Order: sequence, then C-alpha cells, then structure tokens
Amino acid sequence: MAEARELTYIAAVAEAAKTVLLEQENAFIAGEDVAGAGGVFGSYRGILEEFGDQRIVDTPISEEGIIGLGVGSAATGLRPIVDIMFMDFMGECMDEIANQMAKMRYMFGGSATLPITVITMSGGGMNMAAQHSQSLEAWICHLPGLKVVAPSTPYDVKGLIISASRDDNPVFVVLNKLSLGNRGPVPEESYTIPLGEAEVVREGSDVSIVTYSRMVGESMSAANTLSEKGIDAEVLDLRSLQPMDTAAIVTSVKKTQRVVVVHEAVRFGGLGGEIAAQIQEEAFDYLDAPIARVGAPFSPVPFSPVLEQAYIPNADRIVAEVDKLLNAA
Amino acid sequence: MELNNEVLLDIHRRMVRIRTFETEAGKLAEAGKIPGALHLYVGQEAVASGIMAHLSNEDWITSTHRGHGHLIAKGGEFGRMFAELFGRATGYCKGKGGSMHISNMDLGMLGANGIVGAGPPIAVGAAFSIKYRKTKNVAVTFFGDGASNEGSFHEAANMAALYKLPLLFVCENNGYGEYTAQANHQAIVDVADRAAGYGMPGVVVDGMDAVAVYEAADAAIARATAGDGPSLLECKTYRFFDHVGVRGMGLTYRTDEELAEWQKRDPIHIFEARLAELGVVSKEEAVKIHEDVLTEVQAGIEFAESSPLPDPATLLEDVYA
Repeated sequence: MAEARELTYIAAVAEAAKTVLLEQENAFIAGEDVAGAGGVFGSYRGILEEFGDQRIVDTPISEEGIIGLGVGSAATGLRPIVDIMFMDFMGECMDEIANQMAKMRYMFGGSATLPITVITMSGGGMNMAAQHSQSLEAWICHLPGLKVVAPSTPYDVKGLIISASRDDNPVFVVLNKLSLGNRGPVPEESYTIPLGEAEVVREGSDVSIVTYSRMVGESMSAANTLSEKGIDAEVLDLRSLQPMDTAAIVTSVKKTQRVVVVHEAVRFGGLGGEIAAQIQEEAFDYLDAPIARVGAPFSPVPFSPVLEQAYIPNADRIVAEVDKLLNAA
Repeated sequence: MELNNEVLLDIHRRMVRIRTFETEAGKLAEAGKIPGALHLYVGQEAVASGIMAHLSNEDWITSTHRGHGHLIAKGGEFGRMFAELFGRATGYCKGKGGSMHISNMDLGMLGANGIVGAGPPIAVGAAFSIKYRKTKNVAVTFFGDGASNEGSFHEAANMAALYKLPLLFVCENNGYGEYTAQANHQAIVDVADRAAGYGMPGVVVDGMDAVAVYEAADAAIARATAGDGPSLLECKTYRFFDHVGVRGMGLTYRTDEELAEWQKRDPIHIFEARLAELGVVSKEEAVKIHEDVLTEVQAGIEFAESSPLPDPATLLEDVYA
C-alpha cells in the first residue's frame, strides 16, 4: 500500500475550500486578503486563479460587514465561507454574530436557513501579543444557534471544513495558528467528519485528558511522558465544541475515573468549567478525584517570548496536573 | 415603473393598511393585550409604501425596530402579523420573534431588527446574492437617522458601493434617534451627505410625499439594476407617536407644536388630496377604503385572538436547522 499523502494543516484549509467550491455552486469565500493574497496565512492560496473572482472575494477591513455579507447571502440562498482573519477581531462583528447570525432562524420561527461557514484563527505562541493570540471559543459556544469546531490535525481540518460547509447552520471553524505547519495524512478525495463527534486519539486506563485544537498535541506529549512513569493516559480530542460530545467524555471518565480538561483559553469562564460541570452531572459517582483543569492564567496574552511561554499551557503543565491528581487519589 | 392611476391606488392602499394596523395595534398595546415593546410607524407610511410599490417578493428588504410598516407594505397579512404581536403559534415567527423580529422570508422580508443599524450589513449580503445569481432584483435596507451613526451602516455603505451591489439605502430620518433630536446626535443636517463618502448618490426626499419617494426609488432602482451600484435616499419624515408606544403629545424631548406642524403634512392626507384632485379617488371613496381596511384589520385581530398559544414543547425548536 502506498504511503498516505501528507499535507500541512494550512494546506488542508485550501484543499477543503477548493473541494467546497467544486461541490457547491452557491458557495463562495469572502474575507480580508483572501483572494489576491491567498489569505495572510496562505489558507486560500491558488483559489482566485482556479475559481475566479466571483467565487472568492476580497473585502475591505470591515468585520461587521463581512459577517453581514455572510448572514444576508446565506439567508437568501448562497452558502458563504467567510474568513475572520484573527478570532480576536470578533469584537468588531459581535453584533452580527451574536444577535443576527446566531438568532435569525429562531427569531423568524424557523423560516430562515443560514448555511454559513466562518473560518477563523486562534491561539498564541507566535509573539503576536494580546490582540492576535486569543482563544475565544467560549464566546461563541455560549450562543445558541451556532456550531463550533476546533480541528487539531490536517485530516480534521479538511473533514470538518467540508462538514461545516454542508451543514445548514452557521458553523465556526476555529483554526490554530501555531499548528499551521503541522503535517499529517489527508486523503485527496472529499470526506466529512460528523459535527459533534469526539475522537479518542490515545486509549488509556488511568486518567482521561479531555482537550481540543493544539492542546491535543501537547496532551499526547504529556501522555508519552506519563507512560514512561507507568501512567496510562487516555486522550480525547473533542473536535466539535458545539455541539459537544458529552457522551464520549462520560464514557472515557467512567473508564478512567480521573479527568483533566485542557485548553489554551483562559481557565476562568473557559469551556473547561462547562465540561467539568457536565462530568459531575453525569458521572459523579465514577470520579475518584476532583476534576482538574489546565488553561491559561487570568491575564491577557503577553508579548515577550519568555512571558508568553510562561502563559500558554504545555505538556509539562499537563503532566504536573495529572501527577497532582493521582497523588490526591 | 410609470406612476399611473393603478400605482397611485396601490400606494394609497399600502399607506392606509399601515396606518390602520398601527393605530389598532397601539390601542391593543394600551389595553395590555400585546406583551413587550411596540415601535409604531404612524407618520412614516409614505416611505415604506412609496418604495415597496416597486418591489416583488424576489426583492429583499431589511427593516428596523419600527418594522410593521415595512412588512405590511411588502404584503404582510394582518392576521399572521397580529398573531405574532400577540405571541401566538400562528404568527409569522410562531411567536418566537414578536414585534421587533417580525419577518417573512416568502415575502422577501429579512426581519425587523432589535439592534439599531444591524440591517445594512445583512442587506449587503442579500444584494450580493442577487448579483451572484445575476437576476434583476434589488435589496433595500431601511434604517433611521440614529442608525446612520452606527459603524455597521458605514461598513455596509462602503462594501455596497465597492461591489456595485443592487442595493438601496433608505434612511427614514424622523428627526430623532430614540429620544435624542438629530441636532444632538450628528453634526450634519442631511444624512444623504454621507453617501458622497462612499461614492454613491445621496438624495434628499420629502418622506411625507409618497409620490416623491416613489419617484426617487424609481431612479435608484434603475441605477441598481443597471449594475451601477447603490444609492442613498434620505426620506425626511416624522413619527406621530412616541419612540415606543402610542403617546405623541406632551413629551419632554420634543414639542407639541413641532408634532402639530408635521401632522399638517400627514402623508395620507397629502396623498388623498392629490388623488381627489386627479379624480382618481373621491373623498367618499377614500372613506370607504379606510372602512374596508379597518374591517380587514379587525378580522386579523380576531384571527390572532382566537389562535392557539405556542406549545411550550416548541421552545427548543428552530434553534438549529
């Protein structure tokens, strides 16, 4: 058997976007610098040349206008993919996200359908400081009407973008900028990954690490370190954050009876709190230790590399948290 | 479209339908029969009617918090509208939207909106959709003088002009952003001046004169469908009632004299005088039209009142497709 073809995380975005444009005649892409420049991260490289300027449109730096373009064109029958370059910029368009996109269908009694894919970029680690490094997925997971996915691998990037574009709801695809160069197997053909399905990426019996996006990689490193110490960690990649695969989380917790929830976002008010609450609601009797959480401290993302390194959760911190958990039990 | 007698009658009918619906809705609100807030359109009828006389169900509009008039002018049925205001299952939004979110996709009405200035970016999307499909339709976004201070309006105006979208920006300048007079919320007199900043024509229109509105819209639609891009029509108008609810007189933020001056230019009276002068509709015939519409409104209220309330089991329906 031939070796599976590999793509980078960012190349998987472009391949997914091209697949969507080929499969859906009403799909188009709009955002800042997406057409002529191919996206500031290279997410859409080659699409203008291949598909022309009707299918991929450069916009002014107008995030509220971009989301409005998505909402209005989707409600009237198109299937937009809109790009918000950094998820930090959601502050510029939160009304169109929270009060229009998320609620229009409900407010209209189900008569409007909004098949919008929003592609955006999260995460730190590139010394881009407080306004270009945040992980704000909790903001959008709190809004009924939206779906949110956060892929960790090139395979998931392609599959989840294609799934998002076929879904008849607004779906945010939250990418991670430090993962852009990661390589992994990606089939050339079109495929989907069901929204709302987590994946066990490492089976284990002693502790569950529930995580998503780039922290999956850090959690896998942590699991390797832990295994050297004789601790067998299970790693669950949520992939979808809204809807969330609570059943998969509960299954894992019932098996291992200990759990650490890991995300790059600020711990306070982050999804980890919600996940912990769901676990205690559904599997309290199975827990042998308190639910642990690893997340960023309650501070803006700092600029100086040494400060940023101290800020962002990593494998060492996950290992330390697991050690604490096992010693407490 | 030529302004013949048929069109004049059509515009008149739309205005009377709005006035009658809103007047009765106001009474019902005062009687405590309508939950929540009601922003009534009385006084501004010429704007919605003059514009909508040009549009079909394939043309899209976005509306404002003061949205009943736009939906009625776009063909909304009284029964389903009252049912929505009453929070009934038979309402246009199954009781999930109410006055501030009343909408009907089949009529091309993308909703009233509780957020001031939220409509223009959505209308950009609707106009983009029309351009993408290469049909000869237009989108129209209604907004107020207050909304013209929101960033959303400016982003939308820039994008619509940049892409030469078939879109009409219709500013209903009623002189007040909620309770703040225009002179206290912007340093310009004509919102139409803002069009120049985006490379589109801006026209000041007498918003109490439905014919003037109709003719201004005609030119803007011709430009839009020719592929030349959007226009901004600023319709100077006035709301006869308060920002919320019915009371018009005795308000602290505007004078009764000012209201009385504008009421002398009541858009329906102006229009009916013109119809009588042209011999299109006599005063007696006009009275009959009002009576017929009132009968229809009353039937709509009866339909709404006898309609079932939403089943609480439907609470979580329609969050997702």
